[in-house]
Amino acid sequence: MSTTTSSTGTSDAGTSSGTPRHTEVRHAKPPRSGILLSGAAWVIGFLFALPVLWMILTSFHNENDAAKNPPDVFAPLSLDGYRSFFDAGPWPPLLNSLTASILSTALVLLLAFPAAYALSIRPVKKWTDVLFFFLSTKMLPIVAGILPLYLFAQKVGLLDNIWWLILLYTSMNLPIAIWMLRSFLAEVPVEMLEAASVDGASLTRTLKDIVAPVVMPGIASAALICFIFSWNELLLARVLTSTVAGTAPVFLTGFVTSQGLFLAKVCAASFVVSLPVLAAGFAAQDKLVQGLSMGAVK
Amino acid sequence: MSSSTATRPPTEQVRNPEPSKALRRSGDWARRAPLLPALIFVIVMTQLPFVATLVISFMNWNAYYPDERGFTGFDNFARVFTDTNTRQAVFVTILLTVSVVLVSLVLGLGIALLLDRKFRGQGIVRTMMITPFLIVPVAAALLWKHALYNPEYGLFNGLLKTVFGDNAPQPDWITNNPLIAIIAALVWQWTPFMMLILLAGLQSRPLDVVEAARIDGAGAWQIFRSMTLPHLRQYIELSGLLGAIYVVQNFDHVFTITSGGLGTANLPYFIYQTFYTAQDYGRASAAGVVVVIGTILIATAALRTAFSLFKEES
Repeated sequence: MSTTTSSTGTSDAGTSSGTPRHTEVRHAKPPRSGILLSGAAWVIGFLFALPVLWMILTSFHNENDAAKNPPDVFAPLSLDGYRSFFDAGPWPPLLNSLTASILSTALVLLLAFPAAYALSIRPVKKWTDVLFFFLSTKMLPIVAGILPLYLFAQKVGLLDNIWWLILLYTSMNLPIAIWMLRSFLAEVPVEMLEAASVDGASLTRTLKDIVAPVVMPGIASAALICFIFSWNELLLARVLTSTVAGTAPVFLTGFVTSQGLFLAKVCAASFVVSLPVLAAGFAAQDKLVQGLSMGAVK
Repeated sequence: MSSSTATRPPTEQVRNPEPSKALRRSGDWARRAPLLPALIFVIVMTQLPFVATLVISFMNWNAYYPDERGFTGFDNFARVFTDTNTRQAVFVTILLTVSVVLVSLVLGLGIALLLDRKFRGQGIVRTMMITPFLIVPVAAALLWKHALYNPEYGLFNGLLKTVFGDNAPQPDWITNNPLIAIIAALVWQWTPFMMLILLAGLQSRPLDVVEAARIDGAGAWQIFRSMTLPHLRQYIELSGLLGAIYVVQNFDHVFTITSGGLGTANLPYFIYQTFYTAQDYGRASAAGVVVVIGTILIATAALRTAFSLFKEES
């Protein structure tokens, strides 16, 4: 941790102290190219956001206006799409998604934290092998094990049970969380742990008082990314659940089969289901980067 | 334990400052204990199912014909290797993964370079850029299929009509180029991912060195090629590796946009179909085993890359 802070500190200092030089150098270039590059950035950013903006706009049109070609951007706004979405009974799947995402994330952290500790602070022998074993399970395609997971659930009556999904999401995200927490734990000052150990502090106390504060940012990033991946998951939920434990993504896939116009409804549904991820991702952009890179980028 | 710490000569502590002796002294099992729950859990949840897949792959087992269940040796594998659908699925998986990862990497790098400058609204542009990654994949696939690609009311054809009038061409995007339609939708979601990691890499560059080079008269291209790119190398490898892990397993887009039709079924979709729709458990498992062996071959190389990334940090 101390290394990160100091390195960001120096790079920040570098930027601020280098600012006058920076502008001086930039003036040497024709200023027009700077404006062009900024304009290009704006255009590209807008193009990437455009499908989402279009989705949101369409979700607030009624079905007839949504299906117009050429599109009618200024059509009167309407809540019809949201009304038909919420009439279709989205709360059970949304709650299932919430349950599966939150509980599996909690389980992941509970298992990953001690494991990351054993891989960094008091490393077991051959800890790199263990670490890479965890990552290799992430490369094992889920489809390769999905049939036994299905047959087992069928045998013991876990089909269409949210707990089975929670356990599977936990195993799906555990490797990412371990990698990430390990990279944060590696920055815990060992001398402090030594002192605690000499003082006879228990493992739980050491974890709670010395280690946890330093790795709290890592825990937040891990939680964010595990939540997003669980919330997004479709294949396992589609195969292992149906009416009772079906999640929001499964609910979405069943949304288009109806006859007639459905574009506004689908856009409203897609927006509502994506809303938790959008909110969490926007609120914690830096945590998102840490999480995505499994802690390699801080 | 405290007594042994006390008797240890101080010189030894200097010679071996870290990880400390006091910590190392405690038993191996105390060291392993915190690791075991996670390790056992992962083995039970990911390795056992695969062992079961391996066993089933040697069985003739179709849920529609439960009486014919039994071992058949390598029959399933023979069928997997001679079946044109499987070979097509392998080809599609490779094409999909390579093109999505490469295109998003190049786009992501370009955009990261654009965003790594101070300009008005930088934060807003960055926020707009990451929006695609924050849309639930199924929702994104639905959005592309119905709101963008649809030949009658999709945005693409709508824009064509707005710009070129009523006689504008109105192509059926998915039917004409099914694979490209899927690739484009995936590139849209994965470019922000690459951009975020590469941007973080760019911002960790030692700025003073770059400034010094600039003052010494190095051109922008020279700085990029001999300073920025080498520094970015590990970030490029990392984002490429992670992107490949996720894209190779993609199911949502293939399932939603084409339902595996029009020659777009990749391996995850193919196995899903063989097991879920055709109920041919033996053959689905054999295909699964083939996927895993292929993945292991590629992953060994990839892991070596990943190891070099994390080595310096540890």
